[in-house]
Amino acid sequence: MSAGVGVDLENLWIRFGDFVAVRDANVNIKGGDFFSFLGPSGCGKTTILRAVSGFLDPSEGNVLIGGKNMKGVGPNKRPTALIFQNLALFPLMKVWENIAFSMEIKGASAAERRKRADELLEMIALEGQGDKLPSELSGGQRQRVAIARALCAEPHVLLLDEPLSALDLKLRQHMRTELREIQQRVGITFIYITHDQGEALTMSDSIAVMRAGVIDQIGDGKTIYNDPATPFAASFVGENNVFRGKVKQVSGDRVLVQSNRSGELLARVSTANVGKMKEGDSAMIFIRPEALELAKTGTEGDHYVSARVVNEEFEGNVFNIFMEGDGGKEIKVSLPNHGQSFDSHKGETMTLRYDVKNAVAMPAGVLATE
Amino acid sequence: MPRFLKDFLTRNGTGPGLVMLGLVLFWTVGLIILPQLSMLDFSFRPNLPPPEIGGPKDVYTLENYKYLVYGPEGGGQAYNAVDLMVFFRTLVAAVCVTVFNLILCYPIAYYLGQTKGNHIRVLALMLIIPYWINEILRAFALRIIFGETGVLNTILTGIGLFDTPFDFIRNDYALYAGLGYAYILLMIFPIYNVIESLDHNQIEAARDLGAPWWRIHWRVVIPYAKPGISSGCTMVFMLSAGALAAPQILGGPSSLWFTQLIYQQFNDSSDWPQGAAYAVVLLVTCILLVLAIMRLFKVNMGDIGK
Repeated sequence: MSAGVGVDLENLWIRFGDFVAVRDANVNIKGGDFFSFLGPSGCGKTTILRAVSGFLDPSEGNVLIGGKNMKGVGPNKRPTALIFQNLALFPLMKVWENIAFSMEIKGASAAERRKRADELLEMIALEGQGDKLPSELSGGQRQRVAIARALCAEPHVLLLDEPLSALDLKLRQHMRTELREIQQRVGITFIYITHDQGEALTMSDSIAVMRAGVIDQIGDGKTIYNDPATPFAASFVGENNVFRGKVKQVSGDRVLVQSNRSGELLARVSTANVGKMKEGDSAMIFIRPEALELAKTGTEGDHYVSARVVNEEFEGNVFNIFMEGDGGKEIKVSLPNHGQSFDSHKGETMTLRYDVKNAVAMPAGVLATE
Repeated sequence: MPRFLKDFLTRNGTGPGLVMLGLVLFWTVGLIILPQLSMLDFSFRPNLPPPEIGGPKDVYTLENYKYLVYGPEGGGQAYNAVDLMVFFRTLVAAVCVTVFNLILCYPIAYYLGQTKGNHIRVLALMLIIPYWINEILRAFALRIIFGETGVLNTILTGIGLFDTPFDFIRNDYALYAGLGYAYILLMIFPIYNVIESLDHNQIEAARDLGAPWWRIHWRVVIPYAKPGISSGCTMVFMLSAGALAAPQILGGPSSLWFTQLIYQQFNDSSDWPQGAAYAVVLLVTCILLVLAIMRLFKVNMGDIGK
C-alpha cells in the first residue's frame, strides 16, 4: 500500500458567482493523518474536498498534494480517491468488478483484477461476495466495498464525503471504529468530511472546524473540545452552556466577567484568545454540562452560578437538569449516574459550581445555533 | 379470475377498472390485432374482382408471397430482382439511419440528461417545437435545402467547394437526412430519460478512479442507458423501415422504398392481397431483425418499456 502524503491548502478561495464558498483557507495536513473537516451543511467543507479531488478549480490559491501543486491536474490524474456520500458504486457491475475498476482502466488482465479484488474483499471481511451485485449487499457492506474500490486505486490520499450519513446509528458507530482501523492499517492520509462532531472527535488526528466558508479552528479533538477558539467552535462541537457579559478584569489567562444574569464569573481565556480580551469588551463564557456540579444552595463566589430549575430528565448514564439561563437559553447540567438517588428540584433555585479551568472565555461572537 | 386482474379491479374499483380494461382491449384487439389479422388473411388470397369474392376461386394460396421472390409467372426472370433489391435496400438503409441517428442523438441526450439549468428546458423545447409542423411540410423543407438550386447547393457552389450543384436528392442524401431528422426525438427522449436518472456521482467516481471520458461512457453510461438506447433504436428502425412520406418526397426517382411498393399495390394496382403480403413480409422481417439484435446485445423485452 502506498504511503500517505501531505495535503496543503494555501490561501484557498472558492467562489460561485458572488457567493464565497471557501474564504482564504490555509491548512497543512500531515501525511498519514486522519484529518476531518467538521461543520454544518453549507459551510464549504464539501467544496474543499472537491477542490482537493480535482472536480473543482479554486478561484484563488493552491492545492498541494505531496508538495506538488495540483493546478491543471484532473481528478483522474491525482493521487486521490474519493468516497462519495451515496457511495456511487456502479450498479451494473459485480462487486469485484467495482473494486477492480481502477485496474481495468490501467489495462490489468481479468485474472489480476480478480486476484486483487479478492484480496481486498478479504480485508473488508466480504470474502466470497465478489460475484454479487452491489444491490444485493447491505448498507454497511456496500460502504466497505466503496472503501475497497477506492483503496484499489492505491491512492496516497483518501477523501471521504460524509460516507456514514446514510447508515443507521449502530452501524455508523461500528463503521467509525472500522474506518479508523483501516486507515491505520493502510497508512495513507484520510480526509474526512462530516457534520457529526462525534465522528470527527472519535476518528481524527486533527479536525478543522468550519463555518460559512471560514476555518475557525484547527486542532486535535481534545483541543477543539476543551479549548475552543471561537464561540462557533465552542457551541458546535459538543454541548455547551453560554454565559454572556462584559469583561471586568483581565490578569494573564484569567478573566473576570460581569455576566448578564449570573453575577461575576471567573474563567480561563481560551488559548487562541489570550491577550485579545480587555476591560469593557463583550465576552462569552462556555461551560460544558458535565463541568457543572451541584453545590450547597446559597454559596456565592466567582465560580458559582445560581438559577431556577425549569426541567429535569433522566437519560440513563446522566441525569440532566435544565435551568433558566441567559438570552432565553437554558443552562444544562449533566450529573453522572453513580446509582445515587436524584431528587426533583423543579422550581427551586439551585447553585452550581465549576472549576475555573473548565470555563472558557473568549470575545463574544456568533454561536452555532444562531 | 387471475390474481393480477382482481388486484387491478380492487385498486381502481370495479366500474372504472372494467371501463379502462375495455378501452385497452378495444385499442389492442379492435384497432391493432384484428386489422392486422385481416391483412394476414388478405395476403393469402388471390386478387379477385368483387363478384368472385367468397366464390369457388377464393381459396388460400401462397401466390402473393411467391410473387415477391419469383416475380410474375412467365416473367422470364428467375427471381423478382427489382422488388427484392428494394426490400433489402430498405432494410439496410433503415439500419443505417438508425445507427446514424444513435450516433447523433446519444451525445445530445447525454448533454440534456446530465446538465442542469434552465437552458436545458429551452433546448428540449427547441427540439420539440419543429415537430408541431406536419411531417410532409418538414420533408418539403428539406427538399428546399437539398434541392439542385437549394440552400445547401447555393452555399457550396458559392464558396467554391463544388463547381456544379451536387444532386443530393438523386444520391439519396436528402432521404437519409430526412429520415434521420424525422425520428430524432424518438431516439433522443428514451435515452435522455434513462441518462437523466443516472447519478452524476457515478460519472465522477469513474473519473476519480482514473477513467478517461470514452471509458466512462463505455463502462458506466452506455450500460446504464441500454434500455433507452434499445427502445430508441427499435422505434427509429421500425418507423424508418415503414416510412412513406419521406421516401416519397425526398427519395430520388430511381430509388424506391419498400413501403412505396406496398402503397402502389394497394392504391395504383388495387391489388390488396399482394400489398398485404408485402406488408406482412416487411413487418415480420423487421420484428425478427429487432429480436435478433436485442438478443445480440442482451436486451430484455421488459427493458424496452422502461
